[in-house]
Amino acid sequence: MRPAAGPATPAPRSAPLSGRVARWLVDRWVVGVALLVLGYLLLPIAVVAALSFNQPTNRLSYDFHRFTLDNWANPCATRDMCDAVVRSVQVGFLATLVATVLGTMMAYALTRHRFRGRSGIGLLVLLPMATPELVLGTSLLALFVAAGAPQGFWTVVVAHVMFCLSFVVVTVRARLAGMDRRLEEAAMDLYATEWQAFRRVTLPLLLPGIAAAALLAFSLSFDDFIVTNFNAGTTVTFPMYVWGAAQRGIPPQVNVVGTAMFALALLLVALTSLPRRPSRPHR
Amino acid sequence: MTDRSAPSPASHRTPAARPAASVPGGGPGRRRVLPYLLVLPGVAWLVLFFGLPLVQLAAASLYDPTGSLSTGYVFAWAFGNYPDALATYWPHLARSFGYAGLALLLALALGCPLAYAIALRAGRWRNLLLVCVVAPMFTSFLVRTLAWKTILSDQGWLVGLLRDVHLLAPDGRLLATPFAVVLGLTYNFLPLLVLPLYASLERLDRRVLEAATDLYADPLRTFLTVTLPLAKPGLVAGVLLFFIPASGDYINAELLGSPNEYMVGNVIDSAFLVRLDHPQGAALSFLLMAAVLGLVVTLLRHTRGEGSPALDGGAR
Repeated sequence: MRPAAGPATPAPRSAPLSGRVARWLVDRWVVGVALLVLGYLLLPIAVVAALSFNQPTNRLSYDFHRFTLDNWANPCATRDMCDAVVRSVQVGFLATLVATVLGTMMAYALTRHRFRGRSGIGLLVLLPMATPELVLGTSLLALFVAAGAPQGFWTVVVAHVMFCLSFVVVTVRARLAGMDRRLEEAAMDLYATEWQAFRRVTLPLLLPGIAAAALLAFSLSFDDFIVTNFNAGTTVTFPMYVWGAAQRGIPPQVNVVGTAMFALALLLVALTSLPRRPSRPHR
Repeated sequence: MTDRSAPSPASHRTPAARPAASVPGGGPGRRRVLPYLLVLPGVAWLVLFFGLPLVQLAAASLYDPTGSLSTGYVFAWAFGNYPDALATYWPHLARSFGYAGLALLLALALGCPLAYAIALRAGRWRNLLLVCVVAPMFTSFLVRTLAWKTILSDQGWLVGLLRDVHLLAPDGRLLATPFAVVLGLTYNFLPLLVLPLYASLERLDRRVLEAATDLYADPLRTFLTVTLPLAKPGLVAGVLLFFIPASGDYINAELLGSPNEYMVGNVIDSAFLVRLDHPQGAALSFLLMAAVLGLVVTLLRHTRGEGSPALDGGAR
């Protein structure tokens, strides 16, 4: 693979010495900066984990006072917080279910069918992602107020389905676009109906993509504050609880939930990334 | 696994060449309706809960400002709401874009070396490092922002250290300053900038870089004339994914700043939820959206034809 060096270049494999020194410096510098940035990204997580083992002197204190396992042993010492976590899981579950089903149907139609309005619908799906979350929240609030709909649990679910939908479509579409279409065509050539081909061939191959989309939707829903804040009425999700508690001092159990979420997500990544190697047409 | 999913022969587009399409139960008539049935629920959801609300928000921004939520608002083409809102709250709008812009510059300075190192220098550590990049997303947004509040607090070790080395005045603080807000914004949205940038750097052909070196380009020149143009789609996607949520954010300003650092989001939040001045909140929402949309269109127009991977989904 060595470039064909003409007779005019006596040293075929090396750039000038100054260039090599510069490259060595750049390499070290880039790696050094990258490690510092990773430290910056991980520092708050370490703080959250440490504070989950902290016994604070009072509610407004954030100092590390004394090591304790009490917070992990009694995660529900603050009743309101646990209720909020349960509420968030309920919202997340419902929103994920609806968004994943509707989004997968859309992604399938958009990649496997040609029809009028296809590109327009593709654009419509992307628009919510390019809109500030704040505007998604306030516009829904304006709609619910104008329609006289009482805000609460169900308005939050409706809002979450809306912004999760786009992410599901994009994720599933990417998976479908990378899949070998000839398998489905072979099934249909063997007289499978489109439904049979989808059910027996496409769906099993698509499942990892759908699972990834569902996980993404759940995490977006579970963590959403801005859209929820405008549409929750008196319903309190976990982020809403943390927001309210931040003024009065947060109980250490909030850090337990934060750490547990982190551990759970890490576990899921470890489990799913072991066998998977996405096919990449570039190599 | 070099699955080369080559575009299948064009035959499948013509129903005549495709026996499956005319099998009983899947007739050509049904095939034409099917895609519409599949997209209908999703499109209906987006029209009802994304499109219609925007129309309603536009209407609300033109309500007669003398109305109130309890007495009812009257639609009055009150375009004056926009200059009124701008006159009172332009500092907040300016702060939103100022802080988000500063955070973007900081994120580029931190994110470019990081994405470059992971894509081209990490070797077998690559996947582990990628997990570290998205790790902040694994905990709750609010919980990790509150962790910064702990780190930056007046009694914390960081402020103590900075005071000891005289980088900070003895009574100086980090919390409730613009610095804290910009730091928080940078932190919270940095992964969104790094990931698309990494994706486009990882995909570029290393032999091109080697060729540049072999042709006596120094590292800086290689970077500017080869790496950067090839990574541009990822860079644009990353900038958009970072800037859109950062400019609309108000959690960092609320938790890490003080009312002096409030951004337009804080004003909109209080207009809708505290002061109950819906016309003003709606007008400010639209001003924010117009500014963001203008930015998106300008950036995408500059890179049209190169395709930004994050925003055109899987449409290859």
